[in-house]
Amino acid sequence: MAHPVLTLVAQRVALGLLLLLAASVLIFVGTQILPGDVAQAILGQSATPETLANLRQELGLNEPVVSRYFGWLFGVLQGDLGTALSNGQPIAPALGTRLGNTLFLAATAAVIAVPLAVLLGLVSVRYRNRWPDKVISAVTLATISVPEFLLGYIVIFFFAVQYRLLPSLSTVYDGMTMGERLYAIGLPVIVLVLAVLGHMMRMTRAAILNVMQSAYVETAELKGLRPFTIIAKHAFPNAIAPVVNVVMINLAYLVVGVVVVEVVFVYPGMGQYLVDHVAKRDVPVVQACGLVFAGVYIGLNLIADLVSILANPRLRHPK
Amino acid sequence: MPETTLSDKSNLLEIRNLVLEATSYPPGEPPKTVTLVHGVSLAVEKGKVLGLIGESGAGKSTIGLSSMAYGRGGVRITGGEVIVNGRDILKAGAGGLRKLRGKEVTYVAQSAAASFNPAKPLMEQVIETTLATGQMSRSQAEARAVDLFRQLGLPNPETIGKRFPHQVSGGQLQRVMTAMALCPKPDLVVFDEPTTALDVTTQIDVLAAIKRAIHETGVAALYITHDLAVVAQVADDIMVLRHGKTAEYGSCRQIIEDPQQDYTKALVAIRSIEHAEKPDAPPLLSIQNVTARYKGTNFDVLKNVSVDLPPGQTLAIVGESGSGKSTLARVITGLLPAAQGSITFAGRTLSPDLAGRSRDDLRELQMIYQMADVAMNPRQTVETIIGRPLEFYFGLRGEAKRKRVQDLLDQIEMGRGFADRYPAELSGGQKQRVCIARALAAKPKLIICDEVTSALDPLVADGILKLLLNLQAEEGVAYLFITHDLATVRAIADRIAVMFKGQVQRYGTKSDVLAPPYDAYTDLLLSSVPEMRLGWLEEVLAHRLMESAGN
Repeated sequence: MAHPVLTLVAQRVALGLLLLLAASVLIFVGTQILPGDVAQAILGQSATPETLANLRQELGLNEPVVSRYFGWLFGVLQGDLGTALSNGQPIAPALGTRLGNTLFLAATAAVIAVPLAVLLGLVSVRYRNRWPDKVISAVTLATISVPEFLLGYIVIFFFAVQYRLLPSLSTVYDGMTMGERLYAIGLPVIVLVLAVLGHMMRMTRAAILNVMQSAYVETAELKGLRPFTIIAKHAFPNAIAPVVNVVMINLAYLVVGVVVVEVVFVYPGMGQYLVDHVAKRDVPVVQACGLVFAGVYIGLNLIADLVSILANPRLRHPK
Repeated sequence: MPETTLSDKSNLLEIRNLVLEATSYPPGEPPKTVTLVHGVSLAVEKGKVLGLIGESGAGKSTIGLSSMAYGRGGVRITGGEVIVNGRDILKAGAGGLRKLRGKEVTYVAQSAAASFNPAKPLMEQVIETTLATGQMSRSQAEARAVDLFRQLGLPNPETIGKRFPHQVSGGQLQRVMTAMALCPKPDLVVFDEPTTALDVTTQIDVLAAIKRAIHETGVAALYITHDLAVVAQVADDIMVLRHGKTAEYGSCRQIIEDPQQDYTKALVAIRSIEHAEKPDAPPLLSIQNVTARYKGTNFDVLKNVSVDLPPGQTLAIVGESGSGKSTLARVITGLLPAAQGSITFAGRTLSPDLAGRSRDDLRELQMIYQMADVAMNPRQTVETIIGRPLEFYFGLRGEAKRKRVQDLLDQIEMGRGFADRYPAELSGGQKQRVCIARALAAKPKLIICDEVTSALDPLVADGILKLLLNLQAEEGVAYLFITHDLATVRAIADRIAVMFKGQVQRYGTKSDVLAPPYDAYTDLLLSSVPEMRLGWLEEVLAHRLMESAGN
């Protein structure tokens, strides 16, 4: 018989793919029932009934919904996301660049935020209900509570205007070195880190505090270990599953929820791309973005599930 | 007087006038300070074992932990001195305590299963403090741990350290925990009920392993238990505690053979209920060739079980955990329908599943559980709890119901003033009494008692058993008594069925079952029950060794 972990992993991956397929149906149906007419939107005021009918025919809008869905799905499976209605360009290459930019921003923010949040969580448990815990909680709750655009303007005011440390516009283009890119996205990274830190830190703190009640933590205390060693080496490994779930939700947020931050810093990412094309009623682009976002969400949650499974010694080492 | 006296220079541990306090938060009242231990003094010499004995709440564990200056769950050490190796550890700072805990003094907990970190392999946990002190390299520490595993009689000592806690049985984990405590070469080990959660046949092995390890390493020990027969096997001195005070303190021999205080005498004499076996009679309950298995499993939990129980008598079902005792109760009550076989009760054949049974079938067959507090709704008063079967089966209401509830409370010797209380306001023994009254309210012909005294202190358990016997004499109710405790069986049974791996190993009247010649398993089971005399453990082990050599 296969190792139980392999079976579980295979099940989760299969479920993830099924979920993605369901999401694609939802996205497609959702864009169909949106009010308004694409042909009308493209042609604007100059439209005559004849030109409208011609354009509809050209775009395949007269075919039944089901066949249009399958046509779109097979295209997507072959890497063809269709053509943008607004400018007639294929979507895939443009989306690829934008997705790359967004992932770069998200990854940079995550590399800073995740270890920092876990570390702060460990520190607050170590000094629970004492001043370091209270300061950490107060600061992270405050940064979560401030709206992101305001946070954006605050950091621009201090870091770009007052002290001129970082650029207020995060323009990136081909041919920039890694260092130049990192410098350019400095401010949005700060805003994103502040936005997601609190949630992850509070969850780490709560999950570890929960484990701190266990008999094996008492055993560790009676071994005379240092308090921080107990928290990091004995409690944290048993709190990984809930922490990973929150981390993944926040990572997904970093990818799909950064619209406001991208607009504030004029960063050419997915969020701005999506907003632009929603305004133009460019349905194929909206569908493609939706699918990518769904894929990111499902993928990250899949990873969270897999890490939780692998973090459980009973599953990793069956009797 | 104990062999070790106070103010002796050679004392490893000396506790003087220890006072322990905690803050309790009773519902609806301001918090108040409760004194758990009132000025207890004791001393342990190098290489000696002091047994701390008493009921739950007597302060045994809190005193044991104070030797590491540790207060569990908000317990504070507020007075006295705790001197380990000549220094008062209550005056040591956090750094000083770190040097003490896990190095000079180590701890073996009651539930090793909960006390090992589930995310780490055993070896890493066993050698953790040994490595932290830097007294050995990793390979030396591992070699020492393997040596200890071997000394403690663990299977595969070379590789067991690579396993995770969930991959090892409870008895083995308890021994690994002992190895963990001994690994950093401590001066004192605190054993906190190390064998209480184990089956008797496992307990004797662990007990022997601990005793041998104490002897071979020359370590001193505090051995905490509520079982005087167990502590009699390992201790040099014994301190009897009651309500946080010393009831009696003396050498092991004096406490066991010549107790001075009434309380100690009661403890020593505890298993002394005399119960005359009743003559055979036609059965009330007859179980014929019952076989059962749980859904989704591929093995039978009960295999071809046949037992009879005459009216007004007690059938004890004895066996280790996992032997199928409780499953048999589930089959009789219809919670788990039997796959094969039949159950006859009061002349009727019972439907295998619950849905097919008449209201009288349900009424005449009641059940009492091990955990009284989870078997009652915490938001109902005693009157509602006992009144429910009166309403359900007899339609009693109002004054008639109240009167009957009070009669039942009188019968279980609880008297007035309890009807309006909630379960949380009762002690463990009182809760179990309320459960008995609830079962009795249905006027049953048979009550199934599933480990009803296992969670209770010996003196309280004794009271419950006496009550059950009195009620049997008054009401003529039959008991099917499930237990792993052979002393209880001796005290109350008319018939005994010994179960092992889902089969009835031995069955008959008490005098037949408890008389030789025994089958191998019953012999093992009976000889494993600790007896309250010095040297019992050695006798049994020597006897077993001879037998295995003879074979």
